[in-house]
Amino acid sequence: MSRLLIGIFLSLLSVSGTAREIDKERSIYRNVVITEEDKLRCMRFETRRKKITNQACIDLRDPERLVFEYAHGVMAGYAINPQPKRILIIGLGGGVLSKVLHQLSPQAEIVSVEIDPVVVNLAKKHFGYEENEKVKTVVKDGRVFVKRALLKKEKFDWIMLDAFNGDYIPEHLMTKEFLAEVKGLLSDNGVLTANTFSNSRLYDFESVTYQKVFGKLHIFQAPTKGNRVIFACNCSSFESFPDAPKELQSKVSRYQVDLKKVWGLISDTVDWNTESEILTDQYSPANLLKRLD
Amino acid sequence: MKKAAILLLAFCAGFSIMCFELLGGRMLAPFFGSSVYVWGSIITVFMLALSIGYLGGGRFSLYSPSINRYAGIFLVAALTLLPTIFFSESIFEFVFERIEDPRYGSLAASALVFLVPSIIMGMIAPYSVRILTVSADSSGQTAGFLYFVSTLGSAIGTIMTSFYLVLWLEVNQILWLTFGILFAAGCIALLVAKIDGEQTVSDS
Repeated sequence: MSRLLIGIFLSLLSVSGTAREIDKERSIYRNVVITEEDKLRCMRFETRRKKITNQACIDLRDPERLVFEYAHGVMAGYAINPQPKRILIIGLGGGVLSKVLHQLSPQAEIVSVEIDPVVVNLAKKHFGYEENEKVKTVVKDGRVFVKRALLKKEKFDWIMLDAFNGDYIPEHLMTKEFLAEVKGLLSDNGVLTANTFSNSRLYDFESVTYQKVFGKLHIFQAPTKGNRVIFACNCSSFESFPDAPKELQSKVSRYQVDLKKVWGLISDTVDWNTESEILTDQYSPANLLKRLD
Repeated sequence: MKKAAILLLAFCAGFSIMCFELLGGRMLAPFFGSSVYVWGSIITVFMLALSIGYLGGGRFSLYSPSINRYAGIFLVAALTLLPTIFFSESIFEFVFERIEDPRYGSLAASALVFLVPSIIMGMIAPYSVRILTVSADSSGQTAGFLYFVSTLGSAIGTIMTSFYLVLWLEVNQILWLTFGILFAAGCIALLVAKIDGEQTVSDS
């Protein structure tokens, strides 16, 4: 029932026909559009559908404010690994997370992997995304990047999976094999934060797959949106979610993040069907499952 | 009876080839992603294979055509699927480690794994035309009807695989299913050859 309500709420929120298109670029995948409405600048993939999913948004009145709820949840990753040296983000969007993480951890090397070069261009043009010696972008399929990085024996202290907010789910980025490869890239005590779905049949399948690979999970449920952030850790024990580091709140206030609220939305309740099948390279009908209820 | 059987077999061949092609995308994605160029590689390889198969099947039909040989094509097609089932992952891994560019990587990997089975499957259509054709006058109609049936099989193979089979079964299970369909088709063809052979004997 509550999922249904969230679904209705979501669709009400996302129907917006009055957004002004300020830029548009064609890529080999799709048209990527930049819109502005009520001082909110967003990136979206062009679609004829009523339901529109924004890939990234910034508030022009307060450009530092983190517009997306899940991004607030992601900040809790600092509690698990307070000083990440290498961060990997799969799915760039507007580069908002990369920018925030660079401000919070200026010493860290941040690599963002994005499949669509046009998304990278527009992130730089409209969202203030900047590359430098610490902030890098690789235009590649996420799975291919991870496999190559494994061959090169690379390690990351924090991996963020953020390639799932759209109409089409990259099914090869949801499987047990992929998550095992990602785990292989995590350093000791490395943390994984994955922005994923919390509605549809996919929920059970996805949850058990993460559980199978990582064991204990903690979940941040976005308060009004149909997505969540899964926290997993390459550590010996992840039974309880660590408290927020003392200095973190003062650092994230500028992004309008309220850690008390964030922590209130994190739980380790297993509310999915643990008997559900896991997603594998052999069996990963994520897009079909998403259509079911 | 013979005509109906050949049409059914041609349908199965059409079904199998598209089923196989769609699975190709699934199999390549873990190594080369699911970008548009991965699909480009797959479709290129399948189209190339079919064109070679049509040529080869047509040639093959010149030399004492028989339903037994026709059955042989199905059985060989089924057998060439076995390396795909058992070794495709190691082959993809081999290519992945050697070719960095996912465009040429996926093209090489597709060629290594998908080319041979789909060439053999492509031989079926022209050979079916040869078996069914009774006169030059009706050959166009025979060929047209045969393409109709086998392409319909392809359409149904496509929709079944992408809408349902991937939801019900694992990739390798679907490959075994395709193997089973082709193998059974080969056996049916052998049976038809036997019955048909007896009839020819009794006719004379």
